[in-house]
Amino acid sequence: MTLDLKLDAPDEANRADDLVQGVLGHENERPDGLSKAIGAATYAAEPRPDGLLHGFLVRAPGIGAVSCSNANSVREMEGVRLVLRDPRMIRNAAQGAANEAPVQGVDRAEYVGQPVALVVADSFEQARHAAQALEVEVETDDAPVDPEAVTAEKPDGRQTAQGDLDAARRDAAHVLDRTYTTSSMVSAAMEPHAATAEWDGTRLVLRGSLQMLKYNRNELADSLGIAPENVRILAPYVGGGFGSKLGISAECVAAALAAIELGRPIRVVQHRRQVFEMNTRRSETRQRIRLAADRQGRLTALEHEALVSNLPDETFAEPVLQGSHFAYAAPNRALRMHVARIHRPAAGSVRAPGEAVGVTAFEVAMDELAVATGIDPVELRLRNIPDKDPEAGIPFSSHRLKAALSEGARRFGWADRPSPPRQRREGEWWIGTGMAAAFRVNAIMEAQARILLTGDRAVVETDMTDIGTGSYAIFQQIAAELLGLPLERVKVRLGDTELPPGSGSGGSFGAASTGTAVWMAGMDLRRQIARALACDEADLTLKDGTIIRGNTRRSLAEAFDGTVLTGDGHVQPGDAQQKVRQATFGAHFAEVAVSDVTGEIRMRRMHGSFAAGRILNPRTARSQCHGGMIWGIGMALTEAVTHDRRDGHMVNRDFAEYHLPVNADVPPLDVHFIEERDPWAGPLQAKGIGELGICGAGAAILNAVHHACGARLRDFPATPDRVLAALV
Amino acid sequence: MKPFDYVRPGERSSAHEAARDGGRYVAGGTNLIDLMKLEVMTPDTLVDISRLDLDGIETVDGGLRIGATLTNSDLAADPRVRRDYPVLARALLAGASGQLRNKATTGGNLLQRTRCPYFYDTDTNCNKRTPGSGCAAIGGETRNHAVLGASEHCIALHPSDMAVALRALDATVEVEGPDGAPREIALPDLYRLPGATPHIETSLAPGDLITAVRLPAPSGDRQVYRKVRDRASYAFALLSVGAVLRMENGRIAQAALAFGGLAPQPWRDREVEALLTAETPSDALFEKAGEVLLAKADPPPGAAFKLPLTKRVLKAVLTEATQ
Ligand SMILES: Cc1cc2nc3c(=O)[nH]c(=O)nc-3n(C[C@H](O)[C@H](O)[C@H](O)COP(=O)(O)OP(=O)(O)OC[C@H]3O[C@@H](n4cnc5c(N)ncnc54)[C@H](O)[C@@H]3O)c2cc1C
Repeated sequence: MTLDLKLDAPDEANRADDLVQGVLGHENERPDGLSKAIGAATYAAEPRPDGLLHGFLVRAPGIGAVSCSNANSVREMEGVRLVLRDPRMIRNAAQGAANEAPVQGVDRAEYVGQPVALVVADSFEQARHAAQALEVEVETDDAPVDPEAVTAEKPDGRQTAQGDLDAARRDAAHVLDRTYTTSSMVSAAMEPHAATAEWDGTRLVLRGSLQMLKYNRNELADSLGIAPENVRILAPYVGGGFGSKLGISAECVAAALAAIELGRPIRVVQHRRQVFEMNTRRSETRQRIRLAADRQGRLTALEHEALVSNLPDETFAEPVLQGSHFAYAAPNRALRMHVARIHRPAAGSVRAPGEAVGVTAFEVAMDELAVATGIDPVELRLRNIPDKDPEAGIPFSSHRLKAALSEGARRFGWADRPSPPRQRREGEWWIGTGMAAAFRVNAIMEAQARILLTGDRAVVETDMTDIGTGSYAIFQQIAAELLGLPLERVKVRLGDTELPPGSGSGGSFGAASTGTAVWMAGMDLRRQIARALACDEADLTLKDGTIIRGNTRRSLAEAFDGTVLTGDGHVQPGDAQQKVRQATFGAHFAEVAVSDVTGEIRMRRMHGSFAAGRILNPRTARSQCHGGMIWGIGMALTEAVTHDRRDGHMVNRDFAEYHLPVNADVPPLDVHFIEERDPWAGPLQAKGIGELGICGAGAAILNAVHHACGARLRDFPATPDRVLAALV
Repeated sequence: MKPFDYVRPGERSSAHEAARDGGRYVAGGTNLIDLMKLEVMTPDTLVDISRLDLDGIETVDGGLRIGATLTNSDLAADPRVRRDYPVLARALLAGASGQLRNKATTGGNLLQRTRCPYFYDTDTNCNKRTPGSGCAAIGGETRNHAVLGASEHCIALHPSDMAVALRALDATVEVEGPDGAPREIALPDLYRLPGATPHIETSLAPGDLITAVRLPAPSGDRQVYRKVRDRASYAFALLSVGAVLRMENGRIAQAALAFGGLAPQPWRDREVEALLTAETPSDALFEKAGEVLLAKADPPPGAAFKLPLTKRVLKAVLTEATQ
């Protein structure tokens, strides 16, 4: 019997703090680390089944009706087995949790770079060369590609207003009206999207690089027109996703179609340039933020309006305003979302969709308000912390922004900061510091997991993925803690649709959601053990493979000699989401140097204090925060996809020209976790940490730039040309 | 990538022979192989020159003779280069990444092709790739395109850092024709401006093999290389300046200034150098130098920022070099 949990009420028991194995919440290494370091972990493109053929995707060079006149002659090229142009091929990767096929078809390209054919050959080189030889003709039409040049949609349900903004502005001591822009960005995971497909006549087995298998299976089956039961997806290791692998991507469907057609295993790996175009980018945004405040800096009005873009028929719109709904108190407020339908490559979730860009722009606006009011930026935020959700009026499940701000300021040494800008100079370099708050919504998603206990050895099973985040480590710890086992006695199996469906990796919810399912499975086992011993589960002490009751001690292996016990756990969201507002909070601090000669910015140090409930493993959590802060550097300083103004194509679609921060761009990063338990998050009392680190990080950097040299950058990223223009 | 043959001769004569048959030389391959994967370049035969014993470096006539296949890493680490030609060592280390520099060679670096994104994109028009097809960069994204020396047919930049330093150091290039006949070309004569024939980038004929680069004794002991880029490392120059100066009695006795990120070739302007010669350093003088340098500049819209940037950086470099 599965042990179910519906999150309707707070967890008052907080059992995790009473368990005695002492591994949960500790700095454990990843059990999968070694195999990754030595190359033993196999990723989607690495298995080499007998008879493997290789496919290469072909992109559309324009927008409009597509034809391929020389397909027959390409079919005759050396080694070529198939030139596939199937209406079931997908236009772009599915959105997260779509659970059905995305837009399909190859007869019309909706954006430059859309996959319109697959060429399959004996070798990768033959396939690629033949793909390059395929002539794709496009009858170009003049589809709009500039979000500013079309009339934007104003989706219902995405416009909220409260109070009287005009009156608030009229009566305010300070008003601010600013517009910020952010650029298109990409996930840029290290492992390119890849799939190896095998078809046995009825069943498809696909090794993929995907984040959410239970949905991916349905998306793939629906795209192909076969039953989901006949699709198995394996993704035990995923080399980063950051949202770009939430939904199935073009190579999965194309590889499967070719495998079905040819009856041979097919491998398709997206070229790095295809990774940029065929999946989902983070939409560029234009954000207008209007604030009004009284003399003490308390916000009286808050307006945030965002313009984002996407292709026709995509439901996703970068949720820029997500953080603004609850970040700050202000009685009069309006949030407006506008979506431009244009023909740039598809937009979708990229790490911390919404807050990554929304909080970042808002936190620059807050800095501008701090300067305008003469109030210290940390203090300004402290004065505006809401005591309940400012829109819904419900309480917060837990809220430790104040602690993060104060503790972060202390650790960073904020008190020493001279408040006016342009105070410190070293040679040609202006030195300054800045800060920003971090906000990210939190949710626990439905998830299932199973633990098989044989003597004193356990195996955790779920289709959950580990996309580099640490799922293997966390689930091992949770199971070991509950069952009182040393870590090495617990194995974790992930990334197989034959296993119980976990939450998938996305939206920071993986560890807490699937972790809770693992917890429930472990609790199920503890109850079975207690029942067998005719005691109460709460009186059961399990440690180091032994059962301790009073002053008797017995080994688990002996007690359950040979029998396999199965624990099943299941968690699902409940009324908690209506009763409380749940989020994670933090504070970023940054020190930068700005060249007065070139406008180049160099990071000197960063600190982040974060509150995300129980920290399940500080090592993996810190690593997530480091990653997030580095993304903040990219967003603030270097990362931007440039779209050609004529046809919207991504001009800089490789790692030489799309500038991720490199080691030399990243200063020492200091991360501190605020002690917190969030009872509304279930028995683990843990919230998500994977995305919080990026939210607002870029704002701390740009606020530091202003403090250093007085230049206020409102267009991200702050490349030298932009800084120079703002400097003089 | 188009299928190709590969030969790796151990003798220069066999290399010449392979080149006469239409082979293309490959050294580190860090640029050529990338372009072949994208089918921007489609040679039928690659002639690997890594075993031709061209990777030496020796002192000759008070200067240096640098082998064509010496890696950028080894060149930057050579004690003579670090002592007498620091502008070159710094330029090399400001380029690419450690891994790339371990493969990249002297000859390959000089002949690396532009990073214009439209040149790299076979789905767009490019007069370099397909003469007469047009230039997609014009009217497109032009943030890192030429402000000097471009034409209505091509606005692409030469991307090399090393070549900028070599230009300031008055380097010459030793070349052997496919018949084995040696000749020497001064660096400015190696590169050609695009004009109406942007596909012709150098004065080399097919099959010409660069065997070495010659550096005369340095003309000045004040050497600066300054590169401005979009991130702290591993990015091509938005602008770079290589300066070699000699001071006498508080005056600039000699100045050699070369610029990267501005033009289709490492750029040098004798008028600017003449203006500085025999003068006492001053902000006004350095600002004038910038004015003269950019008098004929015609930036595409995205690259307009390079003009104020160049003036500021030139002033800073000259200030540093004359202090
Ligand atoms: C991601 C990336 C970043 C980079 N960043 C920078 C940077 O910041 N600054 C910079 O300066 N460079 C940069 N580079 C370019 C790098 O410096 C060049 O790719 C390298 O110098 C080329 O040398 P190679 O030996 O690999 O040339 P190859 O790729 O082998 O050859 C290049 C060309 O030269 C020809 N050739 C080579 N040797 C000879 C010879 N002896 N005689 C005749 N012809 C010859 C080849 O036929 C080919 O046409 C970067 C490259 C990459 C990939």
